[in-house]
Amino acid sequence: MIRYSKIFVFLLCLWPLYSIIYQIFYNKLGAEPVDKIINHFGEWTLIFIFLTLSMSPLKKITNSTIWIKYRRMLGLFVFFYASIHLLSYVGLDYRFDFQPIINDVLKKKFVFIGFAAWLLLIPLAITSSNKMMKILKHNWKKIHRLIYVIGIFGVLHFIWLSKTIFFKPLIFLAILIFLLLFRVNFKKSSSKI
Amino acid sequence: MKISSTQITPEKFYKNRRKFIKQLGLASSVFYFAPTLFSTANASNKLTEYRYITTYNNYYEFGTGKNHPVERSQNFITDPWSITIDGEVEKKITLSMDDIKKMFPVEERIYRLRCVEGWSMVIPWLGFPLNKLLKKANPTSKAKFVKFESILDPEQMIGQRYPILDWPYKEGLRIDEAMHPLTIMVTGLYGKELPNQNGSPIRLMVPWKYGFKSAKAIVRISFVEKMPTSSWMKSSPREYGFYSNVNPNVDHPRWSQATERVIGEGIMSPRIPTLMFNGYEGEVAHLYKDMDLRKYY
Repeated sequence: MIRYSKIFVFLLCLWPLYSIIYQIFYNKLGAEPVDKIINHFGEWTLIFIFLTLSMSPLKKITNSTIWIKYRRMLGLFVFFYASIHLLSYVGLDYRFDFQPIINDVLKKKFVFIGFAAWLLLIPLAITSSNKMMKILKHNWKKIHRLIYVIGIFGVLHFIWLSKTIFFKPLIFLAILIFLLLFRVNFKKSSSKI
Repeated sequence: MKISSTQITPEKFYKNRRKFIKQLGLASSVFYFAPTLFSTANASNKLTEYRYITTYNNYYEFGTGKNHPVERSQNFITDPWSITIDGEVEKKITLSMDDIKKMFPVEERIYRLRCVEGWSMVIPWLGFPLNKLLKKANPTSKAKFVKFESILDPEQMIGQRYPILDWPYKEGLRIDEAMHPLTIMVTGLYGKELPNQNGSPIRLMVPWKYGFKSAKAIVRISFVEKMPTSSWMKSSPREYGFYSNVNPNVDHPRWSQATERVIGEGIMSPRIPTLMFNGYEGEVAHLYKDMDLRKYY
């Protein structure tokens, strides 16, 4: 049962890909197609970070561990969409002209932090298998806490590239804060007082 | 540099435009100003399609999305409308849109519009030089700058209900910039009335500056002694200066200004280099000689 539902979730997670292919095919990308493609995958990367971060709160709320079974797949989709996002920026927008890209990474903080977030995703993707989990034992959990940093970097990336925080970047920031608050153990800190 | 209309305009648009202009009874003498042609990218002087000019807009009074202005501005009421010219003038005047239309015959100007976000369009505006309008008001010797104020109407403009910017939208020019013959007041585009989403009924267009300098739906123009603070300067002084001249060598603090994307050119088209003063260097560079453009961005 869980196997079929996983296949179903997997196909569902490909939605951003279907929708962009449809838009390319039917010429619906509008005035600035390259920008649209880059932003599309950037936004979906953030959405998948949020989905990944939602699984353990959902576990707590519903008292069911089923959510955790989808977490790895969602996390890998974060890496997948982040990579397409990066590739469309490097390839479509700058046509692999690395001089201005290196300049941007070093000089522009939104590019720098976005690129840093993508680099941090690499160890998470590499250590996502069961085998690596066993090898790394307790360290695995520590490494995978990087997703919080990645989430913060990702939302900062969005805020810094936007001309104003109104409204989409603000909404994304609110969702991130909401999801991170689940991780704060209020009982523990209040008992200290 | 002036280039002939047929060189820059697809013929079907050209013919249609002639027809429109005749129908509207507009001025028959039409002047074309256009930036220098690129040697590397000849396609870049092609007119941007009407559908892109009118559906891809930054007009935060109607929302921050590019599609918001066209979606939310269609019921915006632009009639009656008047502009007041006040401040350091001998006598404050108020002109209705009808007055303005009678007093100032429009001409067509094909300008490149370069957005501070890093994209550009080539747009056939209809308008008249701002200096003609300003001369009606007899500014006093104290007047050093011109301040523009757009309409404040949160009832009709949903974006103004939120503190996105310092409403109403404010912009400013130095007097010599405002009097420059390339600086125009726009009332139409592609031979038609100006659509609401493009700043109807009347907007500014300063082609050598980033797009946000060209305020939309203007109701008040004031001559002032001190440099006015624009809405964008107030929002982020480090990022948006008073001058905001298009300059590929001075980056926005958060992104590069060296290149731009041409709107409507498809996925496979490359970025093109951004030109000093948006290609109008020959016409306007003298206004800024001896000025450090890194400091006065």
